[in-house]
This record gives sequence, C-alpha cells and structure tokens, in this order.
Amino acid sequence: MMALLEIVDLHANAGDAEILRGVSLTVDAGEVHAIMGPNGSGKSTLAQVLAGHPAYRVTRGTVTFAGHDLLDMEPEERAHAGLFLAFQYPVEIPGVTNAYFLRTAYNAIRKARGLDELDPMDFLDLLEDRLRVVEWGPEIMERAVNAGFSGGEKKRNEILQMAVLEPTLAVLDETDSGLDIDALRIVAKGVNALRRPDRATVLVTHYQRLLNYIVPDRVHVLSGGRIVKSGGKELAHELEERGYEWLTGTGDAESVTAPAASYAATASPVPAAP
Amino acid sequence: MSSPVEALVNREYKYGFVTDIEQETAPIGLSEETVRFISARKREPEWLLEWRLKAYRRWLEMTHEPHWANIHHEPIDYQAISYFAAPRTQKPLGSLDDVDPKLLETYAKLGIPLSEQKLLAGVAVDAIFDSVSVGTTFKATLAKSGVFFCSFGEAVQEHPDLVQRYLGSVVPASDNYFAALNAAVFSDGSFVYIPKGVRCPMELSTYFRINAANTGQFERTLIIADEGSYVSYLEGCTAPKRDENQLHAAVVELVALDNATIKYSTVQNWYAGDENGVGGIYNFVTKRGKAMRGAKISWTQVETGSAITWKYPSVILQGDDSVGEFYSVAVVNGWQQADTGTKMIHLGRNTKSTVVSKGISAGRGQNSYRGQVKILPKASGARNYTQCDSMLIGNRCGAHTFPYIDVQNSSSKVEHEASTSKIGEDQIFFCKQRGMNTENAISVIVNGFCKEVFRELPMEFAVEAQKLLGVSLEGSVG
Amino acid sequence: MTSLAADVVTSRAGSRTLRGFAELATAVADAAGDPAWLADLRRAAVARFADVGLPGSKDEEWRFTPLQGLAALQFNAPGPAMPVAIVDLAPFLLGMPGWPLLVVVDGYVDRRLSRIGTLPPGATFGSLADAIAIGHPLVERHLGHHAPVDASAFTAVNAALVRDGAFVHVGAGVALQEPLHVLYVATDGAAGSIVAPRMLTVLDRGAQATVIETFVHLGHARGTPRPQLTDICAEIVLGESARLEHTRLQRESLATYHVGFTAVDQARASHYRSFALALGGRLSRHNLHARLGGANIETLLYGLYVARGEQLVDSHTAIFHDHPDCRSWEVYKGVLAERARGVFNGKVIVRPEAQRTDAKQTNRNLLLGDEARIDTKPQLEIFADDVKCTHGATVGKLDDQQRYYMRSRGIAGRAVEVLLITAFVAEVVAEITQPQVREALEALVYAEMNALIA
Repeated sequence: MMALLEIVDLHANAGDAEILRGVSLTVDAGEVHAIMGPNGSGKSTLAQVLAGHPAYRVTRGTVTFAGHDLLDMEPEERAHAGLFLAFQYPVEIPGVTNAYFLRTAYNAIRKARGLDELDPMDFLDLLEDRLRVVEWGPEIMERAVNAGFSGGEKKRNEILQMAVLEPTLAVLDETDSGLDIDALRIVAKGVNALRRPDRATVLVTHYQRLLNYIVPDRVHVLSGGRIVKSGGKELAHELEERGYEWLTGTGDAESVTAPAASYAATASPVPAAP
Repeated sequence: MSSPVEALVNREYKYGFVTDIEQETAPIGLSEETVRFISARKREPEWLLEWRLKAYRRWLEMTHEPHWANIHHEPIDYQAISYFAAPRTQKPLGSLDDVDPKLLETYAKLGIPLSEQKLLAGVAVDAIFDSVSVGTTFKATLAKSGVFFCSFGEAVQEHPDLVQRYLGSVVPASDNYFAALNAAVFSDGSFVYIPKGVRCPMELSTYFRINAANTGQFERTLIIADEGSYVSYLEGCTAPKRDENQLHAAVVELVALDNATIKYSTVQNWYAGDENGVGGIYNFVTKRGKAMRGAKISWTQVETGSAITWKYPSVILQGDDSVGEFYSVAVVNGWQQADTGTKMIHLGRNTKSTVVSKGISAGRGQNSYRGQVKILPKASGARNYTQCDSMLIGNRCGAHTFPYIDVQNSSSKVEHEASTSKIGEDQIFFCKQRGMNTENAISVIVNGFCKEVFRELPMEFAVEAQKLLGVSLEGSVG
Repeated sequence: MTSLAADVVTSRAGSRTLRGFAELATAVADAAGDPAWLADLRRAAVARFADVGLPGSKDEEWRFTPLQGLAALQFNAPGPAMPVAIVDLAPFLLGMPGWPLLVVVDGYVDRRLSRIGTLPPGATFGSLADAIAIGHPLVERHLGHHAPVDASAFTAVNAALVRDGAFVHVGAGVALQEPLHVLYVATDGAAGSIVAPRMLTVLDRGAQATVIETFVHLGHARGTPRPQLTDICAEIVLGESARLEHTRLQRESLATYHVGFTAVDQARASHYRSFALALGGRLSRHNLHARLGGANIETLLYGLYVARGEQLVDSHTAIFHDHPDCRSWEVYKGVLAERARGVFNGKVIVRPEAQRTDAKQTNRNLLLGDEARIDTKPQLEIFADDVKCTHGATVGKLDDQQRYYMRSRGIAGRAVEVLLITAFVAEVVAEITQPQVREALEALVYAEMNALIA
C-alpha cells in the first residue's frame, strides 16, 4: 500500500539559512504522528513547507502526498488535494465572517474536486454539526475570522475549520501551545473525532502534554533540521523525563514539560498544570 | 508566490460599447449662445434662463478650476466640448413605449431593462442618456403615493414652484467652478419629491449613460423629502471606452425637511481609461444635502470608475438633532486618481455625523480622502465620528488622508481615526491554504475591508458593488 | 511631491510684507564681518522674502493662522537690551545649578549670564556668532541647509536677520551627561522689533546629548509690553546612531508673535526625541520637520500646547519617511480655554522606498471655553504598501462621567478639573526622559493648569 505522505531527504531554506537538512518521514493513512523537538529545530518550518508557504525555498528532496508531487503544487492545490495546516499563528481577516470564509473555502475545494457547490442552507446544517465538535454556538460564525479572538479561540477556530474541510492529512502546528486545559481538551477531541482509517494527522509540538489526549502511533524528534530519533508513543514519555538534551546533546536543557512561565506570554487565562 | 506584481493586465470594462444612434448635439464650444440654446431646447421659463446666464457669468469670472485637490490632469479645454447631446428620435416627455428600441437595447445591455415587467422588483428607474432622460419607469405607481419622480426637464414644466424654490438652495450656482459650469449648462437629471409623511414605496434609481463623443455630461439632480418622509435613491453610471477624456460635472442637491430621511447611494463605474492612462471620464461632482430638524441624510458611494474623481458628498446639519452619514469605498487602479471625501457642517444642536471611508489603491492609482468636519459655535452637543482606512496593493500607488477638523464649540465631541494597511501575504497564504485561489483570496479580504460600507447599500446593489470591486482590482495582484 | 523646501505653498498674489523688515535686513547686511557664504545666504533670504511676503489665508499652511495682526505692526531697530541679572533668570532654570547654560538676550549671547562649565573633549556649546567668526566649518556646511530660506517666509526672515544664537557640536561617540540649556530671553529692548536668533546642533556618529531651548520674556515696563516678533530657527543634524533628546519650552509674553522652525535631519539608526511645550505668545507657531534620511531611525515627537484669552497656538509637524524600517511616533495634546484658538497640522509622508515604516500620530484636544476653537488636520501621505500607519485626532471637553466619579469619591470643585486636565496632559509630559527636567515641567504644567481653571 502506498503511504499517504512520503518525505524524502527534504532540505529547505528561509532566506539564506538552511532550516531543514534532510528530513525523511513516512505517514500512512490511519496514523497519528507526533513531531517533537526543541525550539528552532525546524518543526514549524516543516509544517509550513508542506503547506507551501512562499517564504521557504525547498533546495533538495521530494514530498509525495496521496500520489501527487506536493512540492509542485500551489498552496490552494495542496488544500484541494486534502492537506490542511492548522497555523501556529492563525491569521486575522477583519470584516470577513467565519461563515462566509468557511463557505468560500469549502466550495472552492468542492469546485476543484468537480463537485457542486453547497448551497447556503445545506452549508449551515454542516456547520451546525461541526460546531459541536469544538463546543461552540452558532454566534461564532458571525464574527470576523480570528479578529479579536483570544489565542485559545484562534486555535479552536482552526480545529473548526479542519472539522468542516475534512482533510485527508491534517498538520497541526503547535496547536497546543498557549492553551488552557479546557481548550486543549476541545482541540484533542476535535482531532480524535476526525480520526479515520483513510486519514492521517501530524502533530507538531514542543510539549508532551498534548499527547496525553491524542495518543500518537509514532513519535519523531526533530533537531537541527533532521529527525534524530523515532519511536512509539513511549518515546514521548522518555523525552518528558530526560529532556531534549538527551537526544540533541547540545547542552540545551529545555524541558519537554511545559513550564508555567510559557503560559504567561500567551492569552491563556488559566495557567493549568498538565 | 503572491507578492504584488508590477505589471497590470488590461482590465475588461464591459460597459465600454457605443450605441450607434442619430443624435442632435449643440455646436462645440461654450458661450451665452450655448446656454440660451440649451434653455430654449428645453423650453424653459425665463427665470431659469436668467439663473443659468447668471451662473455662466459667474463661471467666467472664476477663471480657473480649484487646484487644491491631489489630482493632476492636462488642462480641460472647455471650448472643445459639446454641451448638449440628445438622441434625435427621443420624444420629450414621451412614455416608455415611444422610446427608440436602440436605447432600450442599450439599457438592457447595461443590465437595466426599462420595461417595467423586467425591472428589479421595487425599483423605479430614470434613465439618462447623454443630456436627456429617455424615460422613467413606475411613474404612475409612484404618483399614487404622491411621489414625483421624473426627469429634471419634466419637473421644470410640471412642478415649477418646487423647482424654483429649491434649485440652488443647497448648492448655489456660484458654489464652485464646476457647480457654476453645471448651473449654466445642465441639461437634465432626475427630480424627486416625496410628500409629507410618505415613505416612498420603492427604491428610486437613476442610471446615467454617456454615449456621444466630445460631449460632457452635466446633469442636475434635486431631491426634496418633505417633513417626515423617507426615500432611498440610487444612481449608477457608465460610459463607452474612448481615448479622449470626457467631462462629467454633475450637481446633486438634497433637501431633507424636518424629520425626513434621504438615503442616497452611488455606484460609480464611469470608464476609467486604459492601462496606459489614456481616456476615461473626468468626474467633477458637487453633491450636498441640507438636513433640517431631526432629518437624516446618508450618502453611500462605491467609486470604482473614472480617470479622475473629485467629489465630496456633504451634509449641512442645519436643524437641531439632524444626522449626516457618509460611507465610501473608493478604488483606484491603473492610472486612476480619486480625491474624495465629505464635509459635515454642524450648525444645529445635538447634530451627529458619521464618516466611514475605505480607500483601496492599486496599480499606479492615487487615492486621497479629503474631509472636513466643522462644528460651528451654536452646535452644542454635536458629535462626529470619522474612520478612514486605506489599503495599498503594490508599491506604485498612493493613499493619502487630508482631514480638516474645525471645532468651535466646546461641548461637542469629535473623533477621527485613520489607518493604512496592506493585504498581508500571510492573509493570502492563509486563504490559499484553505483552498481559495489568489483572486478569491483578494476578493474575500477586500470585501471584508469594505464591509461597513457595503452593508449600507440596498441589497441588490451591495451584491453588484462587491462584483464591481472584484473587476476593478483584477490584475492588481498576481 | 512634497519636499521640505517646497512644503510651503507660496501665494505671490497680494502678498504682504513685514513692515520695517527691509530696513532691518539692510542694517544687518551693512554691518561688516559676514563671511561670503553668509552674505550670499542673506541676499537669497531677502530676495526670497521680497518674492513671497507674509503668507495669507489662501496659503494652505497658514489657512487657520491669520497674520493680519502681524502685518499691521511696524518693526524698528531694537533698543538697548534691558539689564538682566542672574537672579532674574532663576524661575526659568532647570535641573542642577552646574548644568551648562547659554543665555541669549534679545538675540545675542550674553557671556556674563551664560556658564558653560567644562564639557568633555569633543563637545562644543557656545555662541553661534563666535562659531561664524572663527570660520567653524560645520556652520558653513549646515547653516541654512536644513531650514533653507524657501522652507517658509519666516526661515527667510531669520536668515536675513540672524546675528547670533547657539551652536552645539558633539563629536563622534561622545555622550554628554548634562543637558545643554539655551535660554532665550526677550527684554523690553526687543519690544517693537524682530528678534531672530538661530540654533545649530550637530551630533556626529554615535554622539548623545540633551538640548533644552527655553523662550521667555523679562519685562519691567508696566502694562502690556509692545508686541515683538521672535523668529527662531533651529537646525539639528544627527549623524549615524546619534541620539538627541530635545525639549523646547515656549513661555513668551502675551504680546509676542513667536514663529519657530525646527528642522531635524537624521542619519541611519539615529534617535530623536522631542518634547515641545507652547504656553506663551499672542500668536505662536512652531514647525517641526524631521527628515528620516536612513534606515532604522526612530523619531518621537511629543507636544503640549495650552492657550487662553485671545491666544492662538499653532503646531505644524512633518515627518518624512524616506527610507525603510523607520519608526515615528507622535503625540500632541492641546488645552484651549476661554477664546483661545489652537491649530494642529501633522503630516506623515511615506515614500515608496520606505517599506516597513511604522508611524503613529495622535492629536487630542480639550476645549475648556465655550468660545475656544481648534482646527486640526492630521494628514497621511503614503506611497509604500508594506507599512503600518495610523493617525487619530479627537476634540472634546472634560468627561462628565469622570467628573462625577471624582465627585463621588469626595473630590470637589476646581480640584476635579485640575486633576482631570493634569491627567490629560500628563501623558505627554511623562515622555521627557531626563528626570529633573521632567519634574520641573510637571510642576510648571500643574501650575499652569491651576491658573487656567482659576
């Protein structure tokens, strides 16, 4: 069986700096992979390169997604093919309601797949259903996309979009950072609700905490732009106990358990313990 | 890559066709004779001819156009323009059945079918073709409510008292260079009177079409909303593609008597010139309303066309508790220049005004917001809120803000906010990641930016305006 | 395109002159001793003023500041300066007694009253006339180049009449700890005349300094002094990474017409911070123009104007963003009581090259009198797309809710108003970083607010 996502020897630059230095990774349908690593290891770059962010330049390697050469595709074509990126910093679009935005995106993807656009009434039904996943009422749909949202609300909104667009591969870029315990639970619930044998999820995270709620099939540690270790879910626990230093050997004593201070910098009102 | 590109593609202006119709035009040039010709052609009473001549003499004394606006153009040769053009077959004051089929066809092509069955439900239209009105729909229906909606020429014949009383009462003939010119040579326009306490049963609309070459269009619109009445009025404008610049110098006067409301919406889509800045309409327009006690005047404009736009729809808040509003979206692309905004003159007590201006600049376009908020000493408790936001697309355009705030009463409160932003590449990437193409993404973002204005437009036209905005910005981002 | 020089649209038609100016200018030109470049500058200035005259109301830059009153005056040669004693200056001194002080009486440096003390090597602070006399190369290079004669009718008047003033030069890498205070004193000797000193401040690469300019009036004559015109220019040149904090305090008499033009030219990565306070003058006008001539510059302009009676106070600022990655931040506040008039005009011009500009401008006004009036025009001209530019302007009176809240906490009467107004103005005064100067000005402003309410 062909892998859903196959990354081979991926190198990528931001400006002149090489961030990814030979990442190889295979994700099969039905799996959840976690990519962990210290700050600056290239985790977010990997997520952005998969989505086709114009700020990064791929210098070597291949990425095959559902049989397509992913690197040859425009960002929207990747979305049409079923790739979804939950942004680490979701973008605000003032004046555009969530409902309008989501319907435009949903129909753009349907159109690209040769399907009829969904009329507004049917779309509302779909929305109503998906709102339950993130435990939100319909009033959120009339608010402008992410404008004035708290950090936690933005992340939750990403999960809502994911639930509506139903991607075959969801890449969640630090969706857990800055979330209080309730928001984290909702995010995890959203991801778990979308687990299907024909879909896969890649969780990019710094902290082990999220993996208490979403149990991964595989855990990879990214450091210096390469995957330095892969293992089962137990690897995450090992990291939690021993820190990244154990693998990176840089003297970097960063903890895998979220320190309380990291919450203070976010909009999260309650610094909850994991 | 979604960074703004320098090259502009040739925009499709779908209203750029010419109607081949036999026309009667005044000889080229402007003199007292021209003024007399127009007045005679329209069988006007003596007082109106005198009013025109006085305006003409005043215009002669003015010697030059106002130069304070942030616009640049070659000098306009006022002697190279014909000041009157009318389809020869047009029968004055005729019913719609008598209108030349070619004209009906023209309007159908513009999306304005003049047959009442086909019209947008609830909208009455006065169609102005070059210098004259070719027909007004639903006149009979409106007459039942006592509403007069007809061409200006017709109003001079049938409602001379109202015309004489209010003509020039808001925009005097000597107000400014272009208003004086208009007063001298105005040919037609729309006239509306809403009687006391009447809520006009349908939207009123005027559709302006310039067709003839080497002519200017100088229409004049007068709307009188009597005490406690309500009217919503919309105008639309298009013109053929021509290499010469054509002059459009209109005047609009609104009179809102005690507790009346006038809502005036404009979707201006005159030909803007080609990708090299050749041709296009010079749009110099004076629009002003006077709001008496408790009255409300609301201007909404979506300005996407014209090579040059020079207009400042304003409100004189004369009566206590009167309200003035101005909502504007102005888009410049290619080589377009817009200098537009509003004046809110607070005379009465507890008067309120709101100004929301959204300027979008792309290509080599230059967009200026110019506004004045003036609170006079007797306007106790006056209140103004102004918000003007600019968005730039690309690096060869400009966005400028020139707000004048003059407060002479200490119990009033004025707030002005302005911001400039661009369409963020991160916003475009975000939309693309969700499956939209670049064009789609821009349209979503721009419509979000303009939302506060669009929601002021009547529903049918809001949709039209959103589409228009998409067309106007086509090719500005690649 | 707007440029520093062509900023002022001149109205040739029906231009008015300054009565007596021609004679004063001739007297200055005839006084021997000008180096050739200065004589040329004066000729150009006289020609320029003859060409443009006093600006009229059709001139956009002077639309709300009528000069008829000034045009009606006859200006004569100044009389002898009234004797000034050091004790007379005490109310206007700031900070520590040892701080360098240059006293300029009726346009001329008074050596007896000044005390420069010892400055670190590489720093100069003294009389502009001396710097001209010794042929200091910086003077010839800069004087009249930053506030040129065509920048305004009044920069021409100043160039034609300037005899002395202040010269500040801080060499590369030198950081002055103590503020340099230039105290301009007008005496009864200047009544009926034009006082036109100039300041030239040059900070070389990496230099740091604090400069204070104070304008005061010392009058012994009884009754209202005869009107005078103070026409002051300041040219400030900041080298790469130089840092200047500039405080300008205008406390002239109510008979004075005060017109000032401050031109700041900044090189890459320099930092300029200004606080301008305008309290005095029958009519006062200050232009502050900053040209950001390199990347990574920071320009912070804070201002406060307070007027009452028949005063008119006018602040014009212009910030020219010509290069990328610069930041400008501006907050001007005004308090206008009785029949006073305020005028504010703030321009921010962002050229196409100036990507990633971050500019914010705020103007807030408090009208206390029923007949007080403000004309404000915050203006943005943006030609670059990747910028963050905002401006805001407000006009209002004291907030009734706040008043009520205070009263409910037991604060009554005048104290409520003093407190609220002081709170309104405190935001800008707090931006002065030099602690002694800030404290002195807080006290001054508080006293002014008390007087305003009384």
